[in-house]
Amino acid sequence: MKRQLMVFVKQVPDTKNISGEAMTPEGTVNRSALPAIFNPEDLNALELGLQLKERYGFKVLVATMGPPNAAEVLRESLYRGADEAILITDRSFAGADTLATSYALSCCVKSVKNIDLILCGRQAIDGDTAQVGPQLAEKLNIPQICYIEEVIDVNDKTVKARRSIEGGYEILETPLPTLLTVIDSNEPRPPSARNVMKYKKAKTRSELAKVHGRGTDYTDASDLLEEESKLRSKNLWIHEWDASKLSADIERIGLKGSPTKVKKIESVVLTAGKVVSVPPTEEGINALIRELIEDHTLG
Amino acid sequence: MSEKNGNVWVFIEQEGGKIAEVSLELVCKGTELAKKLGIKTEAVILGNNLDGKIETLFHYGCDTVYQVEDKALEPFTVLPYAETLVKMLMEHRPNILLFGATLKGRELAPRVASTMLAGLTADCTDLQIDDFEDKIAKKMYKNKLMQIRPAFGGNIIATIVNTWEDPQMVTVREGVMKLSTPDTSKKGEIVKIKPELSAESKVMHVIERVSAEKAVDLKKAQVIIAGGYGVGTKENFKLIRQLANALGGEIAASRAAVDAGWINHDYQVGQTGVTVRPKLYIACGISGSIQHRAGMDQSSKIIAINTDPEAPIFSVAHYGIVGNLNDVIPRMIKAFKAKA
Repeated sequence: MKRQLMVFVKQVPDTKNISGEAMTPEGTVNRSALPAIFNPEDLNALELGLQLKERYGFKVLVATMGPPNAAEVLRESLYRGADEAILITDRSFAGADTLATSYALSCCVKSVKNIDLILCGRQAIDGDTAQVGPQLAEKLNIPQICYIEEVIDVNDKTVKARRSIEGGYEILETPLPTLLTVIDSNEPRPPSARNVMKYKKAKTRSELAKVHGRGTDYTDASDLLEEESKLRSKNLWIHEWDASKLSADIERIGLKGSPTKVKKIESVVLTAGKVVSVPPTEEGINALIRELIEDHTLG
Repeated sequence: MSEKNGNVWVFIEQEGGKIAEVSLELVCKGTELAKKLGIKTEAVILGNNLDGKIETLFHYGCDTVYQVEDKALEPFTVLPYAETLVKMLMEHRPNILLFGATLKGRELAPRVASTMLAGLTADCTDLQIDDFEDKIAKKMYKNKLMQIRPAFGGNIIATIVNTWEDPQMVTVREGVMKLSTPDTSKKGEIVKIKPELSAESKVMHVIERVSAEKAVDLKKAQVIIAGGYGVGTKENFKLIRQLANALGGEIAASRAAVDAGWINHDYQVGQTGVTVRPKLYIACGISGSIQHRAGMDQSSKIIAINTDPEAPIFSVAHYGIVGNLNDVIPRMIKAFKAKA
């Protein structure tokens, strides 16, 4: 059997390009007004996974937890060269903080089995916490190497990698399986045209059901079952797993499994300030410098 | 009461016996929180050969320092650190546990929180004590740690509370908590601990380690001249250097200038760089994204120079100059040389 690695990715709102319309009058962020993108450092993690596929023959599995339309980042991953994709979706996962999220992801890893390496982006741009990677490693009781710049070698038993530390770098070796979090240290490849042609037809159960205007419990519909088995045989089936399929403890997922609660959210309001306008002339600047020297800010 | 409730703990980050600045900032903040709650401030430091390196923690307000030493704890690797901390937390059950939001802190804290099944909030910029009413669960919590942090790329500020068992864990951004004046006469109790590390925690091997001091310590600078994308070219960055030389300040940059390759990341101010609060910050050709402002808006005086009068940087500036850097900066240098 081929050795396997799993890359966890996330669909995120594009927080770097928030426009006025994306803020509600109450000052909260209207997620639906923001374009959903592939979390940037998860693309770096995927790229590293694909390089390891080329170097060592790993099978690359990609998984994400999110709403049904997060299947888009999985297709994006298939376009770039991933071999198989898993969507973890269930209403009961909603409201998860990083602890509940890492628990759900650990259930996914345990369901798949025989994973040598787990790759994640260092952090996602919606929360910037960088917590899910280390917490997932702890849940699986495996080592973690954070802030990966490059993987130097993988053999049967260990991985050797270079990672960023304060003011420099470090080369670490750990036994497999290990979890790696990846920083913006490689150039993610674009989708390949051939893969796009093939995998644009890849579907989750929800997507297949939706095309036919049905619910996802289509066990009695022979036409859908036949199409599903066709998609599966062509490797165009995106697995869609819910909490029960993952054998997840319902007390440990979603809002229930989250120790942290949000007390309040405030928007960052630009306080139209008491800015003193200084003309860019010699006189204006002379006066400003004089003032700064007099109040001991300068000199 | 204080014994039962657990104390405020600060994880002290060190490298070769040198304590990280952020750890001292957290001791100061921790002392303030502990005072409000009527409990003690305690520090835990892990490493090897730490004798004589920790007295400064008492000067900033620690009552107790747990000094944990083992060969396997120097240099830092995450597994023995996490294992040791978890054992200590189980034994002492602190109320609050603070980490610096450094590379090490952000790697270690989530691993520990996951074992403890404790909530963890990343990259806090403020901490307060207040009550919390969970309206959904209809539960009232007294004297909880309000964990305040930016989210959504800095566009919102969220206040987060841990509702499960203590410790209430956070990582705190470097440079945002103020250092108090150390009192060198203060002393406290040192508790030495020799940890028993499992074989499992020793499976990570450091093959090579290269670490240099940062090129510049912006946090200590009193005057900072920062250049942004509006500087235009790498060549033109010399204007920023000239002004810094003239005023006796340090140069710095926005992310856009760093990404353009005009200057290296050690000089970057903002959410993904350094947080600074100098006496004077001069923003040259910096539009003032929310991420940049988060790293400099606490400066005592801010001058913004920009050709675009609508640039958001003007909203945090005390003085605004709408004009071209090539005209304005030489005039500033000339004016200062004439007056000083």
